[in-house]
Formats: sequence, structure tokens, C-alpha cells
Amino acid sequence: MAEIREKVDVCVVGAGHAGCEAALACARMGLNTVIFTVSVDSIALMPCNPNIGGSSKGHLVRELDALGGEMGKVIDKTFIQSKMLNRSKGPAVHSLRAQADKADYTRTMRSVLENQDNLTIKQAEVCELLSDEITLEDGTVKKKITGVKIYTGAIYEAKAVILCTGTYLKARCLCGEAITYTGPNGLQPANYLTDSLLKLGIEIRRFKTGTPARMDKRSIDFSKMEEQLGDEVVVPFSFSTNPDDVQKEQVSCWLTYTNEKTHEIIRNNLDRSPLYAGVIEGTGPRYCPSIEDKVVKFAEKERHQVFIEPEGIHTNEMYVGGMSSSLPEDVQLAMYRTVPGLENCKIVRNAYAIEYDCINPKQLYATLEFKDVEGLYSGGQFNGSSGYEEAAVQGLVAGINAALFIKNKPQIVLDRSQAYIGVLIDDLVTKDNFEPYRMMTSRAEYRLLLRQDNADLRLTKIGYEAGLVSEETYKKVLKKQELIDSEVERLKSTLIGANKEVQRILEGIGSTSLKTGTTLAELICRPELNYELLSEIDVNRPENMPKDVIEQININIKYEGYILRQLKQVEQFKKIENKKIPRDINYDDVASLRIEARQKLKAFMPINVGQASRISGVSPADISVLLVYLETYKYTENS
Amino acid sequence: MQKDTIAAICTGMSNSGIGIIRISGQEALNVANEIFVNKNKDRKLMSYSSHTIHYGFIVDNKNNDEVIDEVMVSVMKAPYSYTTEDTVEINCHGGMYLVKKVLELVINNGARLAEPGEFTKRAFLSGRIDLSKAEAVMDVINSSNEMSLKASMKQLRGDLAKKVRSLRDSIIYEIAFIESALDDPEHISLDGYPEQLNDKVTSITKELELLLNNANKGKIIKDGINTVIVGKPNAGKSSLLNILAGEERAIVTDIAGTTRDIIEEHINLNGLTLNMIDTAGIHDTDDKIEQIGVEKAADYALDADLILYVVDSSVPLDEDDVKIMDLIKNKKTIVLLNKSDLDVCVNEETLKKYNHDYLKVIKTSTKENEGIDELENCVKDLFLSGEIEKQDEILIMNLRHKELIQNAYESMKLVKRSIEDEMPEDFFSIDLMNAYSSLGFIIGEEVEDDLVNEIFSKFCTGK
Repeated sequence: MAEIREKVDVCVVGAGHAGCEAALACARMGLNTVIFTVSVDSIALMPCNPNIGGSSKGHLVRELDALGGEMGKVIDKTFIQSKMLNRSKGPAVHSLRAQADKADYTRTMRSVLENQDNLTIKQAEVCELLSDEITLEDGTVKKKITGVKIYTGAIYEAKAVILCTGTYLKARCLCGEAITYTGPNGLQPANYLTDSLLKLGIEIRRFKTGTPARMDKRSIDFSKMEEQLGDEVVVPFSFSTNPDDVQKEQVSCWLTYTNEKTHEIIRNNLDRSPLYAGVIEGTGPRYCPSIEDKVVKFAEKERHQVFIEPEGIHTNEMYVGGMSSSLPEDVQLAMYRTVPGLENCKIVRNAYAIEYDCINPKQLYATLEFKDVEGLYSGGQFNGSSGYEEAAVQGLVAGINAALFIKNKPQIVLDRSQAYIGVLIDDLVTKDNFEPYRMMTSRAEYRLLLRQDNADLRLTKIGYEAGLVSEETYKKVLKKQELIDSEVERLKSTLIGANKEVQRILEGIGSTSLKTGTTLAELICRPELNYELLSEIDVNRPENMPKDVIEQININIKYEGYILRQLKQVEQFKKIENKKIPRDINYDDVASLRIEARQKLKAFMPINVGQASRISGVSPADISVLLVYLETYKYTENS
Repeated sequence: MQKDTIAAICTGMSNSGIGIIRISGQEALNVANEIFVNKNKDRKLMSYSSHTIHYGFIVDNKNNDEVIDEVMVSVMKAPYSYTTEDTVEINCHGGMYLVKKVLELVINNGARLAEPGEFTKRAFLSGRIDLSKAEAVMDVINSSNEMSLKASMKQLRGDLAKKVRSLRDSIIYEIAFIESALDDPEHISLDGYPEQLNDKVTSITKELELLLNNANKGKIIKDGINTVIVGKPNAGKSSLLNILAGEERAIVTDIAGTTRDIIEEHINLNGLTLNMIDTAGIHDTDDKIEQIGVEKAADYALDADLILYVVDSSVPLDEDDVKIMDLIKNKKTIVLLNKSDLDVCVNEETLKKYNHDYLKVIKTSTKENEGIDELENCVKDLFLSGEIEKQDEILIMNLRHKELIQNAYESMKLVKRSIEDEMPEDFFSIDLMNAYSSLGFIIGEEVEDDLVNEIFSKFCTGK
């Protein structure tokens, strides 16, 4: 039989949110790329919630956009409602969230892939990873990826492979006692790849996640719910989207609540929940809990929020946010019908839980390459994360690094002080995660610096240097930064006298009068004032200052003290982050390390002391020991 | 890095009754066994059980077992020793030559001379003590008086670590609360939280303030009270110093201006150390050398913890007194109306006219040794308020600790300010985190890249 054998640069396995970004990055960086999917119709599918962004996830999308990713651009084209969350709180936690038209999102992303040069879409299940052994400079033998084999037997030779299999590996869906061996949305699972991974020596584990029911809009009584409107002025996700293009008519979401009756039904049927009855082996996300989990964990709460969100414009299906479940169909129906407005609801798709194979990401470098298999990268839920946005950013980083690897250029690692993406990946590869990892605001130590509004200023340069961001875009960002700096400087040095005219204007805008002269910057620091309000006093102001520049000026001046203190924290962090650990370190030689720390350090092989200090099970005393050892190591190396 | 066996002389580098050589490490027993014989001249050290002491001789095994000294040897086996390694301590006679000779034998038999602080470093690295304990060890070695020793012992037992841990726990609780509310606003509400946090912050700030006050006290106990004696020429300043020091330290004559330079003396007063500085009398003078002395006196007065202002009460106050009073205003001052044995024309009432606050005015006669007891008691009350011997008080004896507590204190004040300015809650955690990590550095829960070596390098050899 004639066997198909193709030669490409990169194979991407899976076309979800991680796979799409990985494939686009590689193709855009000039590499011949193939993306495999079990169904072309499921490219960039949103099988769970119908939105992109949200608290801290919005940050991820903005960072991805600054680095040259696609998600932000696609959601800007396909959203049906958009909201900046947490506006009442500080700028660090402002976060954008948009409701997507799911079908439109999928179609739009697919079209981007289809029209991308260097990129081929292939509907096929990848069954096997092909590898070789190579001898490194220091004599150690290491595996090296050489390509993939699909179910037909066809072989694709590649220099790098990126695994983005999402929830498809040996997937199993549970709806109470009803169990089906399918991927999300009833799609075909991928049942063969796991064995090939195990053969490569990769450690596999099993996670679960869940999704709530979808209901027929016509069966819901919205008069019993609170209407949730979008923002009057919509802020786009992508820095490249013209804000005028996203001001459009929006649809509403609805808020209602569970009650004691709901909880009672759930409690009475816990024995029929696969999770509580012990049928589910996978570990679920703590921060995106099923309604069963919430009722058990927050037993004292009388009610939980339920958000009813449209799945799109051309469908009657509504998503029931906050009530994912793996209870049997009859219990689900009874439970949903206790919620105000859902008394007569008709379920289109039942809630279900899904179990799947994934890896322990400690097997990865922070570049998302496998430590033990050269050229093999991975991203997304396969790495033990949860969420579209978390998946997308990993896909992008894996894609960029696979491309850089092939081009023989230094790969990219973002650290915790640079981006939420850095926090996410660092957490994945250094901490023990026993459940799907979800991005959260609290995980970022330096969040006042890692705001969603300055992602372009933080990261565009990196995207440009990798070859994903155009020179034009990069120059724009440089110009923006210059404008911010010079304007802040001007405001700090412009003195305002306490004259009558100034006092009159200040009182006019609801501020107190001046006792002595001051600077414009100090006036902006007043809580009731900002750059815009001072236009009458500030006569020499440059004209037509862009809105996004004004936003940066206000934040930089108002929170300067906090920003400086956080920068100091970063400085401290960098000191220990910059202490590199030699690759050939033998932890058995480091006397006085506790056994647990020794095992963990051996398993993770951190590249610097900062990373070592974050590994669960490594204590500060162990780090002191390590530092002392590195001192002596340095000493003996030098002498 | 296989840990080798180290040795050092643990007692002072001067002739004394006993000298101790400590050996620690895997080979400690073997090394000692080579050079130690019991009264029957047998080598049995390997068979001794842990925590026993034995009589015998140190012999030169490379020179026909020539007896070097008659000794007691104690054996402490791993992990129950200071370093958690096998440890042998040789108690020999204290002549420097002899002690060094024994150490030399130990080194010749396979041990290495220990670096400063290496025993303690090993205790730290093996996890037996935390950093604040390690630093207390250094303070115990360096402490110069009894109260200082007591405070160091307490720190060694971990009182400071315990206190710091409990403060850190309170702070991290608040951080965690804010963070979890940010992550899960549906289930955790921040309504009314700023007021609640304000109370917590106030109480933590107070505790830190208390530690800081105690740090100053700790410094005073450890380093002594910098006391400067000022006054016009011939008011009796040098006589006062001599009485307190109990010796003729300063030259006392009837000629005004005899003390031209600064005389320093450490005086132990009721367990406290007074670093006494006797100064040249402050007055207008044309004498060049005396002038320098006067300027120096003014400088010292500014830096002093305590001023003793000696007034000759037998002559009226004049311009020079006014100058002195000006110089020392805002300083802790005790006025001594000296020469009370003569006809007095200056009293407390006279002083009041000049509108300066003094801690106390005491009538003294350095000639008749009157009023000196009152002065001593007054100083003790002032600096110790009788509290020092309370069991529950933690004294901060260490400058690094003090700085870190100061940092934590400043951070907590910034949190308070953020609450007052009605900043959004997520801003609170920046400074809470700073306070948390400052405190963490004290107990080694936070690691500075060069800290470990810095601390142990300050130790003396043998600890």
C-alpha cells in the first residue's frame, strides 16, 4: 500500500483555542504548518460558557493580543455584549468580558485559519508521535520528536510538534448514570494518542470539568430575573481594533438565584452524582465548581447566582451560568425548575461532566517544551489548565517557542513581573496542581503593574522581536509610550499658582481651592480630579491627546506611590530570579536539603532560584541551603 | 558537598582557667580518638555513649603518644548536638600555647579549622535553628552585661520568632481575605471591610511599635546608653565621672578648662551600661585646643541618649549656661545642681525661668558623694521603667531585626493611609505584602540572596 509521507515544519495537534493560536503563530513566523482536528466544524469551538474574558482572563486576552495572538481580534468581530468588570475597584482589577456569538466566533476563527499562508487544516485523528534519539554535547541521550502518524497511517515528518488536545484524550462524558465515550458536545474523542505519550515516558493524569444545561429561550420567564446590560461605550479587546467599530447594538444577559429548594433537591440526590458517588476519577476545578460542589462547600449560603446568557444571535439556546452539573437528567430538570424564571424551562442540552487525559505540566520547561523530548511542545487544557483564554495564551507561547526553536533562536519565557501569561505558565510548571488551573487575579503578585490597559506597552516589543507583530504596530506603541512619558513629565513640572482664576475653576469642578502653588500632577492626584477635568487650568496642553494615552497618564500619576512600591517588590523578585541554577546541578550533592525538597527539585529541575523557591514542598530554609550551596559551587568552579 | 569535620577553639583567645576545643562532623569521634587516651592509656572514645564526659589525656599520636595535657572530653553524638553532627569538646587547661597545641593536633588528625560562625551555620543549615536564633547566638557571644545576656537568651528560645510569626499570620489572613474576595466576589463580600481592616491594622501597628520601642531599649541594653556630661568649666563634670567610674579617670584640678579633649568611660550601673562621655566645659574661649574640645562637646551632645548637665550651684547662671541650655533643649536631660555643699544660689526655681523641660533636677555634691544614688536610680527608671525584667517582653537586640520591624511598621502605616484615602481594597495588599515579607526576613521565611553568608560571617570563630 502506498503510504502518504509529508514533510512539514510544525504539526499542531488539536484546533481549539490553544491549537489555533499555536498554528497561526508558527505559520505567521514563516513555518510550514499543519493543524489536525477531529472535525473541521469544531475549530475554535466554545463548548462551555459563551464568553471570552472576565476577571483576570480579560488580562490574558489583552496580553495575547499585544504579543500578536488572534483571540482578541476575533471576539471584537463576534461579540454580542461587552462589559468592563470591576470598574468600582482599582485599575489593576478592571477586566473586560464579552459575550460571544458562539457560531460566529467559530466560523470567524476558522476563516482566519483557512486564509493564513503556510497553514494547512487537516481533519484527522493523530494516533502516534514519532521520535528519535539524539546525543547531546555532554553525552546524554535525549528523545527528539520527528513527526506524527494519523489514523490512516499517513506520516507527517516535522521539526516540532505542538500538542493541544484539550479535553479530547480518552474523553468520557457523564450525565448522572448515563455515560458516553465522547469528547465535548458529543464529538469524537481521541483514544490512541495517550498510549503513544506513555511510550515516550510522559506522565498522564486525569482531570474533569463540567458544563451546565442549555435551555430554550422561549421557556424562560425573564420577568422574574434582573436584566444585565452591556457597557454603553464598549472597549475593544484588541489594541488594533478601532473603538468606533465595536459600538453596536447589544443583547442582554439575565441574573437569577438558586434557593433553599434547589439546594435540597441537590443534597437529596448527591448519591446519584457521579462525582460524589465516586464514578468520576478526574479532579475538577475548585474555582469553577459545579452547583453540587457549591451547595456542599458553601452550605451556609442561602442562594447562588445564576446567569442566563445567550449562546448567539441566531439561536434560542441560553446558557445557564453558575449551574454546571453532572447529576442525572431527571434531577437536573427538577433542580433547574426551582429557580425563579426557570419554572417551565425546557432543556435543549443537558449539563454534563467530562473526563479527559492530560499531563502533569511539571514535565515542561517554561517555554512549554517537554524537558525530555526535544521539539515537543504543548498548550491548553492538555497541560492541566481550564478556560479558553488560559488555553489560547499557552498555545501562543508554545507556537512562538516551537518556531523560535526551529529557527534556532532563543526562546521566550515571560516572568511573573511581566505578564499574567508568565504567572500562569510559571504556576503550571513549578507548582503542584491537583485540579484544572484557572487564572485568577490573586495569582499575580504584581498586578498593579500587569494591568489590562497597559498590556500593549508591556509586551508588544516581545511580539515584535519574535516576528509576530508588525513594525508599524510596534512603532505606534513606542510613540504612545513617548507621549505618555513626556506628558507626565510636563504635568509634574508645570506649576500652578493659587490665583483667583485657578480657585474659581477648581471650585467649579467640585474641588477645594489651593492654599499654595502646586503642580498639575499634584492636582491630578486628588481623588475628585483627573487629566480631563483640568483642561481649563492646563492652558498649554497639547491638542488631541488620545484617550488611551490619557488613561495611562491618569493611572501613572494617581497611583505613582503604589506603582513605585510595587516596582521595588519586582526588583527584589528579580534579584533571586536572576540567580541561575546550573543545568548540571546534582541535588544529591547539596547537603542538608530535606528529602522532600531534594525530590521536588530533582523532578522540576528549576532554572533559577526564584523558580525553585516557588516549587511546592521547597521551604525557605531549603532555598537558603541551595543559595549557600550555589555560593560554594561558584567558588569551586572559579578556583 | 560532603560535609567535612571542623574544629576551633571556643573559648577566648587569652590565657584563662580552661580552654575548649570543639570538633564537629562525621569524623569528629575518629579524630578525637586518635589523640585522646583514658587514665589507663587506652583509646576507647569510640565506645562512649552520647552526652557523657570523660577524664583522660591528650597525647601526640605522631610523637610516641607524648602527653600534652590532662583533660575532660565530652561526647555528643548526631543528631543531638549543637550542629546536629557528631561533636567532641575537649576541655583542657587554658594557657594559650596549650590550647593552640591541642587544636593543632586535632587539625593534623583530619579536621579542618572552622570558619567564623561555621558551627552555627551548620546548625542553621541542618534546620536545627532558624535565622533569628542564629543571630541571637551571636548576640549572646557579644553581649557585655547581664541584662543583655538575658534578652539574648530569650530571643534564642524563639520568643521573637514566635511574635513575628503571629504578626505575620494576622497579616496574611487579611491579604488572603482581600484576594479571595477579588476572586470570588459572589461569595465573599468586602462591604464594611475597610473599617474592619483598619482596626486590625491599628492593633498590628501598635504591636510593631512596641517591638520598636523595645528595640531601642534592646539597643540601649546591648550597646549602652550614650551619656554626655556637659556644663561650664569647673562645674564638677570630671568629678562626677570619677565617682561613677569609681576611679580617677579624668584629671581633676581647680583650674577651669582642665579637660580639653573628650574622655570616654563605660560604666556599669545597676546592670546597665553607660557610655559616659566627659566633655570640655562649654564656654567662650580663645584657647585653640580648648575651642576644638568645646565644639566636639556640642556634637556629642546632639547624638546623646542622655545628657547630664552639671551646674555649679554656688555661682549664678550666666551667658555660657544659656548657650548650653540652648544646645541641649529637646534632649533627655538630667540637671545636677552640683556643689550643694557650698553656699547655693541656683535652685530648681532659678532654672524654671529659662523655660526648658528637664527630666529631673538633682542636688549633688561630688565632693561629699551626695545625690549620686538618686542619679543612679533615676537613670535606671528612665531607661528601663522597671519593665525590663518582665518575662513576656521581647527585646530586639539586633540592628537588622530593628530595621525590618521598622519597615513593616512603615508599611502598615501606608495601609492605614490607603484606608483613610478610601483607596480600592486591592491597593491594601501591596503594603500588607511588604510588611509580611519584611517580617519574614527576620525569621528566614523570606530569603535574601546574600543574607545567609552575611550573617554567619559576623560570628567569631568557634561558634
